[in-house]
Amino acid sequence: MRHLLGIEGWRRDELEALLDRAKAHLPGGPDTTHVLRGRVVANLFFEDSTRTRTSFHMAAKGLGASVMNWTQTGSSVSKGETLLDTARNIEATGVAAIVMRHKSSGAPHLVAKHVRCAVINAGDGTHEHPSQALLDAFTLRRRWGSLDGRTVLILGDIMHSRVARSNLLCLKALGARVVLCAPPTLTPPGLEAMGAEVTHNLDAVLPQADAVMCLRLQLERQTENFLPSLREYSRLFGLNAAREERMKEGAVVMHPGPINRGVEIAPAVADGPRSVILEQVSNGVAVRRAILEVCAS
Amino acid sequence: MSSTVLFRRGRVIDPRNGVDGVRDVLVRDGKVAEVSEAPLPVPQGAEVVEANGKWVVPGFIDLHVHLREPGEEGKETVLTGCRAAVAGGFTAVVAMPNTKVVNDNGMVTELVLSRARAANLCHVYPAGAITKGLKGEEMAEMGELVSAGCVAITDDGRPVMNAALMRRALQYSTQFDVPIMVHEEDLTLSAGGAMHEGPTSTRLGLRGIPASAEVAMVARDLVLLEETGARLHLAHVSCEGSVRLIREAKRRGLRVTSEVTPHHLILDDRAVGDYDTHAKMAPPLRSNRDVEALREAIADGTVEAIATDHAPHGVLDKLVEFEKGINGIIGLETAFSLTMELVHAGALTAKRAVELLTHGPAKAFGLPGGHLAPGAPADVTVVAPEEEWTVDAHRFYSRSRNTPFHGRKQKGRVVQTWVGGRKVFENGQVGPSKESR
Repeated sequence: MRHLLGIEGWRRDELEALLDRAKAHLPGGPDTTHVLRGRVVANLFFEDSTRTRTSFHMAAKGLGASVMNWTQTGSSVSKGETLLDTARNIEATGVAAIVMRHKSSGAPHLVAKHVRCAVINAGDGTHEHPSQALLDAFTLRRRWGSLDGRTVLILGDIMHSRVARSNLLCLKALGARVVLCAPPTLTPPGLEAMGAEVTHNLDAVLPQADAVMCLRLQLERQTENFLPSLREYSRLFGLNAAREERMKEGAVVMHPGPINRGVEIAPAVADGPRSVILEQVSNGVAVRRAILEVCAS
Repeated sequence: MSSTVLFRRGRVIDPRNGVDGVRDVLVRDGKVAEVSEAPLPVPQGAEVVEANGKWVVPGFIDLHVHLREPGEEGKETVLTGCRAAVAGGFTAVVAMPNTKVVNDNGMVTELVLSRARAANLCHVYPAGAITKGLKGEEMAEMGELVSAGCVAITDDGRPVMNAALMRRALQYSTQFDVPIMVHEEDLTLSAGGAMHEGPTSTRLGLRGIPASAEVAMVARDLVLLEETGARLHLAHVSCEGSVRLIREAKRRGLRVTSEVTPHHLILDDRAVGDYDTHAKMAPPLRSNRDVEALREAIADGTVEAIATDHAPHGVLDKLVEFEKGINGIIGLETAFSLTMELVHAGALTAKRAVELLTHGPAKAFGLPGGHLAPGAPADVTVVAPEEEWTVDAHRFYSRSRNTPFHGRKQKGRVVQTWVGGRKVFENGQVGPSKESR
C-alpha cells in the first residue's frame, strides 16, 4: 500500500514503472478483474468532477473492485462534520483506498496522516492532480517513446492550476523541457525553482513546442481582476487556428478538460488533427487502473 | 515571613543600567535594594539564591499575548496564561483586546485586571480596542479604557482599514500619550491567502500573502504618524520592507516602536512543510531573506522588543485543511530559549537579547520594570543559559498546545521567576507558595 498524494515525492524510475504498467491496462489487454476482487475503493469527491470520478470508477471496476461513491452534497459534511471524521468513518467501513478530490490544497495529505488505507489524490485545490499528469505523460510517451529532449508548453492559468503543477513535476522528472506561458498575474513566484522556464510571450515560444497543453481558464478570473477581459486573454494566450499553423510539424495539442471553447482554445483546434484530447481521456482509465493496482492491492 | 532575598554571584545583565557582570542582588520588600560587585553579607532571615553560572536578569515583559478571557476560556484564561508567562520567565504581559467580549470598554478591562489579581502571579496590562467591537467603524472610548488601566490601544488581529479613522485614532490618542498598536495587513492584498507568497506557496498550491500586504500599511501608518505626532507601535513585524521603513522613520525622529516574534526570527515559510497548520499565522512566516532582515533589525536597535503573540487555540482549530486552520501559535514558554538560539548562533549578544525582552518593551509602552536599579520592582528572572532541554508541549502551563516547536532541542532555560520579590516559578513548578501569600 502506498499513497499517491502528488507527483512530488515519486522518483523517475517509479513513475516509469507505473506508466509501463499502465500499458497492460489498455483496451484489449489481459483480464485484470481479479486484481482488486473483493476490495472496495471509495470515491470521496468534495468538489464536482465528471471525468476524473468516472475514470477512477471505471478503473476500479475494471480491476474487479467495488466502488463506493461519496459526494459532499447531502452528506454529513453539510451537518458540520470535519474532513477527518468523514475520512475516518469511510475508512472504518473497510475500504482499501480512498480516491479523494477536495477544494483545499493539502486536504489529502491531512487525511493520509490519519488513515491506514491508501489515499489517492484526485485533485486538491490549486496544488496537484497527479493522475492527470500521469495520463498526460502516458499519452505523450505512447506517441514519442521517450520524453527526453522534448519541449512541452503549458499554457494558461498556471497560478490556479493543479494540472500545471503536477505536469511540470512529472514531465521534468521524465526528461522533458517544460515551458510555462501565462499572463504575469497568473504566474506565481518560484516556478523556475521547480524547473520550469517561464514566458509571457506565446508567439515566441510556440514554434519550439512538441506539445501544447492548454489549461482551463476559470471565467471568474476576469471579475477577480487577474485579466482585463476574456477577449484580450483569448487574443494573447488563446490557441487559435492561426497559431496552430505555426506549430512544429507533428506537435500535439492537449487539454485536461472541461474546455471553454473559444476562450483558451478554438473549437477547430480542439477537434483538429493535432488534438489528442479524447485520447487523453481513454488513456486515463488505463493509467488509473495502474495507480489503483500499485496503491490499493 | 521572608521579604528579603539575596541573589548571589549570578551574571547580572541589566541593559538599561549598563550592567553585565557578576553581581549580588539584594531584594527587600518587593524592590531591588542593592546591586553589588562585591559579595554582600547575608541579611538575617534572607532567602539566598545561589546563582553562580546563571544569569540574573530583569523579569521579561511581553507586549503581545492573547489570554482569551473573557469568552474562550477553553483555550486559555488569565490564570493559565499567567502560569505560562511566569514559567517562561515573563513577569509582565500585555493582554490583547480581541476577546469575546471585546475589551472596548472599562468593564472588560476591569474584569481582566480582577482576574489577574486573583491569579496573583505576574503583572497583566490590558490593551483596549481602537474601534468598538474591533469592527473598524467607530472609535472605542479610549479615555475610559486608559483610565481603567489599558496601557495601549489596538485592534490587534485586524488592521484599521479606514485610513481616516486611523488618522483620527492617532490624533485622539495624543491627549493620553498611549501607544496605538497596529496589526499591519492590507486585507485587499492578503485576501484568500493562507501563507507567505513565494516559492513554497507556489509549490503547495496555496494562495499567497505578499509582503506588500504588511509593508503598504506600515507606510500608510507612518505617514499618518508623522502628521499626528502620536505614538505608534507595530506589532509582529514580519518583513524586510517594514524594517526598512521603520529604520527610516526613526532616523527622522518619529515616535515609532515595534516588536518581532520569536517564530518570525527562527522559522521561514518553508516550515509549512507538508501543510503543517502549526506553522500558520498572521502575519505568515516569511522568506529566509525577511528572517535575516528581522535578525539585523533586532540586533541594531531598529526593533525594540521581542514579543510572543502568544495565541492559544484548541486542537480542532488546527486539525483541519490548511486553508481552514486558525492563525497563531503559543509562545510564552518557548520565547526565551528561542531567543537564546540567536545568542548561541552569534546573531545577538546576550545583553541585547535581554534588552529585547526587558527594557526594550518596558520603554516602548512606558511600563514599570525591565531593569534592576535600586528602587525598581523586584521582578527578576534567573536563567541557565547553557542548560539543554527538549520542548514538550504536553508539559506546558498554557491551556493550549499549538506550537510548531514541540520536540525541538533547546539550550537555555528559565530556572526561577520572581515578581515583586516573590518567587512564582522555580524548576518547572508554578505557583506562589502558600507562606508567601
